[in-house]
Amino acid sequence: MKRDIILSGVGGQGILSIAAIIGEAALRKGLYVKQAEVHGMSQRGGDVQSNLRLSSEPIHSDLIPRGGTDAIIAMEPMEALRYLPYLSPEGWMVTNSTPFINIPNYPDTEQLLKTLKERPRVILVDADALAKDHGMPRAVNMVLLGAASAILGLDASLLEEAVAGLFASKGTEVVEMNVQAFRLGREAATQQVKGAGHAE
Amino acid sequence: MNEKLLILGDQAVALGALHAGISGVYAYPGTPSTEITEYIQQSPLARERGVYSDWCTNEKTAMEAALGASFIGKRALVCMKHVGMNVAADAFVNAAMTGTHGGLVVLAADDPSMHSSQNEQDSRFYGKFAMVPIFEPSSQQEAYDMVREAFDLSEAVKLPVLMRLTTRMAHSRAVVTPAPSREPNGISFSEDRSRWVLLPVNARRRYSEVIALQDELRKRSAASTHNRYQPGNRQGVIACGIAYNYLMENYPNGCDRTVLKVSQYPLPVEPLRQMMADCDEILVLEDGQPFVEDQLRGLLDDTGKIRGRMSGQLPRTGELTPDNVRAALGLPGIALNEPSEYVVPRPPALCAGCGHRDVYTMLNEVAKEYENSKIFSDIGCYTLGALPPFRAIDSCVDMGASITMAKGAADGGLFPAIAVIGDSTFTHSGITGLLDAVNSKANITVVISDNLTTAMTGGQDSAGTGKLEAICWGVGVEREHVRVVVPMAKNYDEIRRVLREEIEYPGVSVIIPRRECIQTLKRNLKKQRS
Ligand SMILES: Cc1ncc(C[n+]2csc(CCOP(=O)(O)OP(=O)(O)O)c2C)c(N)n1
Repeated sequence: MKRDIILSGVGGQGILSIAAIIGEAALRKGLYVKQAEVHGMSQRGGDVQSNLRLSSEPIHSDLIPRGGTDAIIAMEPMEALRYLPYLSPEGWMVTNSTPFINIPNYPDTEQLLKTLKERPRVILVDADALAKDHGMPRAVNMVLLGAASAILGLDASLLEEAVAGLFASKGTEVVEMNVQAFRLGREAATQQVKGAGHAE
Repeated sequence: MNEKLLILGDQAVALGALHAGISGVYAYPGTPSTEITEYIQQSPLARERGVYSDWCTNEKTAMEAALGASFIGKRALVCMKHVGMNVAADAFVNAAMTGTHGGLVVLAADDPSMHSSQNEQDSRFYGKFAMVPIFEPSSQQEAYDMVREAFDLSEAVKLPVLMRLTTRMAHSRAVVTPAPSREPNGISFSEDRSRWVLLPVNARRRYSEVIALQDELRKRSAASTHNRYQPGNRQGVIACGIAYNYLMENYPNGCDRTVLKVSQYPLPVEPLRQMMADCDEILVLEDGQPFVEDQLRGLLDDTGKIRGRMSGQLPRTGELTPDNVRAALGLPGIALNEPSEYVVPRPPALCAGCGHRDVYTMLNEVAKEYENSKIFSDIGCYTLGALPPFRAIDSCVDMGASITMAKGAADGGLFPAIAVIGDSTFTHSGITGLLDAVNSKANITVVISDNLTTAMTGGQDSAGTGKLEAICWGVGVEREHVRVVVPMAKNYDEIRRVLREEIEYPGVSVIIPRRECIQTLKRNLKKQRS
């Protein structure tokens, strides 16, 4: 088994928590893990990404080779497209559809979402709306993680355990909220995967 | 203790140093090295052992304090980003001259591709320059193991050991299995008292000793388990540090080339000779500058066999990636998706609500009133004032240069010469320049934009917090020309007036706009709530 994943978004959107949870679940499954992160300058509202590699064989490079990424998981639609040249021809894109607009020349949102919808193997969920509608506006990244779980090839139960582990110190209420956010995302994505005629 | 930890390269170094029995970590923050010290600051083992871990004022004070710890037989770690080596260089190079007593490991985190830096300098040159051993791990586990060995080596050869990381090693997580922890050293002194007093007579003797040690260091590099010769075909590859991973990534079924993996310097000579005999061509893969390639090639390039960044097989600048290494190896390319036309750059920016924003809004307004005003700035979050919408600053060079460049320009007749510097940068390297300005009565206006923290690197304590006015007075700035304002829109009238008054004052004046960084403010509020 090998999963090369790019997590992307804007500084502060919480991609490192997603990475930590997937990494933890992979470790529990006995997989090798490498995860390259971005710290520093770019965290000030700039684009951020993390290369997360899981494999049953030892992993050499901390960086994923171009064209080799199995899944792009993006907190924001333009940041999903930024890494297109890294995506393998069979790779998936899982992205939040709510744009994060903090630059004057952000592309036309309709066009942006249209290009995404036209691509094969794209899961588009409005993680912001789902989280807000269910009274958990701070768990947007967990909704997205749940959506990604539909194609990651890791057991949902393992991921949920890792979600619970990450938030354990903040009390059961926070844990339950985040697990629920995860399930919301997973459900939304599973429908899309089925609809697209793909199974994993 | 055979638990498995998924940790950053930086954290592996920190844990390795703790388990090697350090008594202190001495550091000034700097990406990508900051997480080493932060890990030790939060470590229960460090707390239990009373390991020193407060931030230092700059890299030079850090290096010297660590040398003091080494003097009394203790083990100490010094951490910095690559440009910190420039600041610490005087102490570093001369620490090789005195030699060490307790183990002293100097960690420099280089930043090829300049993700968060102003240059791409390669710290291995400093190691060679000072003639000390250099370690360059290729994995997080190796980083952990190597720090421990580095302390042993430092005590065995009585030299500081330089450990070099690059961004991808520092900021990438992998599994590390720790080994049993070693106790810290007790106090002891070296029998040779004279080597610590670098009078010319002692220094000449020590220099000969350090030169004589080089053979021994090369032998140790040749015997090191971290340097490995893997015989193969007549195409050779020398892979330094993490470059080894990019090489192996491109040979998933095993590499048929002759490979020399290098993670310890000075370069071992025997395996290089062997490779020269066994191979028709040698590709050097190294992250950063062509340090090894340049040594092998020399100016005359007598062998004609050496390939790498200088020969054009690899890009001359920027970090290595599996992709540019693949191209250098001559392996077939991989079909790629076209980049999307809907992607535009998203540069970093000052946070909404940041006090630096108000400072630049005001400075831009007032500076416009003068034909030739120039704003010399410095390094920190406030450097983002160079980008739209502010485009406020005319320079950013190295920590502290804002004040001294403004002084030089004022000496030459520029008016108004304005310096903008952050609070942490001011104490790091701005105070001495301010003293120069005071002594020569330079006509400059210094703005110390005080957000009460070292924000750029994640909000570490700032050495001057609560002391900035006293420092300026102490250096000799007149009391009535040290002005404090609160950078908020409601105070714009006052700020404008203060700026105008101090620009018009023909001498050194300091304006301190002071308001807490909104990131640390948010974090503190959150902490209070929970
Ligand atoms: C010699 C050197 N050491 C460390 C750094 C890393 N560095 C860049 S900016 C900065 C902090 C600046 O803090 P401050 O001056 O208070 O400004 P702020 O970011 O808080 O606005 C640090 C540590 C560097 N660039 N050069």
